[in-house]
Amino acid sequence: MWQKYSSCLPASCNKETISETNRKMIKFFLMVNKQGQTRLSRYYEHVEIHKRTMLEAEVIKNCLSRSREQCSFIEYKDFKLVYRQYAALFIVVGINETENEMAVYELIHNFVEVLDRYFSRVSELDIMFNLDRVHIILDEMVLNGCIVETNKNRILAPLFVLDKMAES
Amino acid sequence: MGDPVLTLPELIRRVRGARTQAVERELVQRECARIRGAIRVGDPQAGTANLTKLLYIHLLGYPAHFGQMECLKLLASPQFHKKRIGYLGAALLLDERQDAHLLLTNSIKNDLAHPSPCVQGLALGCLGCLGSAGMCRDLAGEVQRLAADAPAPVRRKAVACAVHVVRKAPELSDVFVPICDRLLQERRHGFLQGTLLLITEMCERSPDVLNHFRKAVPQVVEMLRNLEVSGYSQEHSIMGVSDPFLQVRALRLLRVLGQGSEETSEAMNDTLAQVATNTETSHNAGSAVLYETVLTITAVRSAPGLRVLAVNILGRFLLSRDRNIRSVALASLLRLVHAENSALQRHRATVLACLRDPDPALQRRALDLSLALLSGANIRTMAQELLGFLETCPPAMKPPCASGLLLAAERFAPNKRWHIDTVLQVLTMAGSSVPDDGVSRLVQLIGGAGELHPYIVRRLYGALACDISPQPLVQVATWCIGEYGDLLADSCEEAEPVQVEEGQVLALLERVLQSHLSLPPTRALALTALMKLSTRLQGDIDRIRRIVCVFGSCHDIELQQRAVEYNALFRRYDHLRCPR
Repeated sequence: MWQKYSSCLPASCNKETISETNRKMIKFFLMVNKQGQTRLSRYYEHVEIHKRTMLEAEVIKNCLSRSREQCSFIEYKDFKLVYRQYAALFIVVGINETENEMAVYELIHNFVEVLDRYFSRVSELDIMFNLDRVHIILDEMVLNGCIVETNKNRILAPLFVLDKMAES
Repeated sequence: MGDPVLTLPELIRRVRGARTQAVERELVQRECARIRGAIRVGDPQAGTANLTKLLYIHLLGYPAHFGQMECLKLLASPQFHKKRIGYLGAALLLDERQDAHLLLTNSIKNDLAHPSPCVQGLALGCLGCLGSAGMCRDLAGEVQRLAADAPAPVRRKAVACAVHVVRKAPELSDVFVPICDRLLQERRHGFLQGTLLLITEMCERSPDVLNHFRKAVPQVVEMLRNLEVSGYSQEHSIMGVSDPFLQVRALRLLRVLGQGSEETSEAMNDTLAQVATNTETSHNAGSAVLYETVLTITAVRSAPGLRVLAVNILGRFLLSRDRNIRSVALASLLRLVHAENSALQRHRATVLACLRDPDPALQRRALDLSLALLSGANIRTMAQELLGFLETCPPAMKPPCASGLLLAAERFAPNKRWHIDTVLQVLTMAGSSVPDDGVSRLVQLIGGAGELHPYIVRRLYGALACDISPQPLVQVATWCIGEYGDLLADSCEEAEPVQVEEGQVLALLERVLQSHLSLPPTRALALTALMKLSTRLQGDIDRIRRIVCVFGSCHDIELQQRAVEYNALFRRYDHLRCPR
């Protein structure tokens, strides 16, 4: 039934249009440590690889220069950054201007709690050596820039299945 | 090569141990070369090791595009652990711009029909983040089938994937509308989250779908009410607020549905009021829900009482100790200030208190908000507070504060005397941070305030005598003394009765002329002022003539020219002077 519509679309519809890009609520999700080393990066919009390193460096510089009294939301270029610090690791999420920053702030904490439950008191090394599992957790929670699941049991269920499969 | 093949943990350890960037780069390049070779050879025993190492290298920021075909190969493999890594690699390395992207279609299609729900889940996840418009159109039917019939975890993923499908191919919304109608009846939070997201996306893109779902507002409202009231399901609550993410999602949907429709907005008034009053705000989760409620109330056509409630909630946020909440409240109030000015006036004192916030970004927002709240009724008290702020604020804030105050004074001044007083105070405290046209506007203002000239000239003389460094003030003062210097000798009941000798006035202007702090425009003004005084003052003008003469050989062309011209006036046209 949808084939008949394909003829009335413009030829260049393969690439994302600007309006589609701006709709992504979460643009990227980063975990960077204080020395500027990225421990996890997930981009929900396409960013060139050399621009990624620049973006990550700038973002961590912005976060490190904030003092204790300043709030966790930074206006950066044409979007917002929400960051939270856990020991030596910064979790930084880039969001659209229309997104609720406080909900994303809560999401970051939810993510860390899930990691805590899976790894039993997660540390930076856990994340480094188990990157694929951390990605699975993140992909359960956020799909294509939207929050889809926040319940810890449901997020971890596929991982436990995977672990059981790996054992056997 | 002779080196043993590195495992991923080994590689990570080596990279961590690299002392310099150059050592790390060399290590990574060697590893990349080895992986490229291994991929080319295509060893069936290789497994996932190469790709996982490549993903790590990609994380470090090195190019890893040569791994794309390996991803595609792995995700077509029948073994689950290989498939999983293949899909992960595809999500990280591939995107629509790559040629290899099209090859995904077949694999995803096959995996969507796979008997194992885990595999179906992987395929849905991949389609949901990488699918191009063409792929989405091809596979929409499959996704819809899975969203309707499959076991629970797969259904959830299918709904989430449908969001992406609808984004890429908006005309396919019709396919998913019936499913959403059914899923709205669900009680399980996992489904509701995805369903509400899908409905929101569809409504944002298609007015027909929006109209259709406007009928569903009572259901959404009911859901929200149940969440508020239902005590709590342990699993979903965060710090006493039941499933804040779902509440935020529902509120966002209500916002989309209620915008532009009187009737729909009315249907949600009660529930919005209920959520606004009952939500616990002791923790961030509750505040997030409350913030979303406020955003919804202000976006739809809610009852006036409700809008005032929203503004009051934001006012309460301003008093919170949590700086995130204050930041968010100030940003929202700034957006609302024109629409809800009267409701905001109640919170003036709180906004002014925020001027002393330790965070400079919040201070700036509080300043902008205070300036927006100025009106004819409150100008006197507010200006007082803002002047106090101007005195003590950091240098970066002085320009916006000064220009804002000057504009507001011009718009709302109750009388000329107050206006001039305020502008003089701004000039004194702002130093050199006054906007460019501030000086000329003040000069124009003074020129028009005939009856106040004695008072003004005395005050300016006093200010200049104290401090000749802030240029805008000095410029205005010298101009004024030049114009009305003769009034200094008169007594004035509004200012202190200080005796000012003509000699003192001339001495002051001389100081300004000779000070290294004075800019060329200031010197020019001072010179002209002296010249004017030569006609206004009674005493001897030789002193003036001497000073003007000196500047005839000044380095600055403008000053030199003026001095020479004035000298000419003294020498050749003295007979034109009017008798004093």
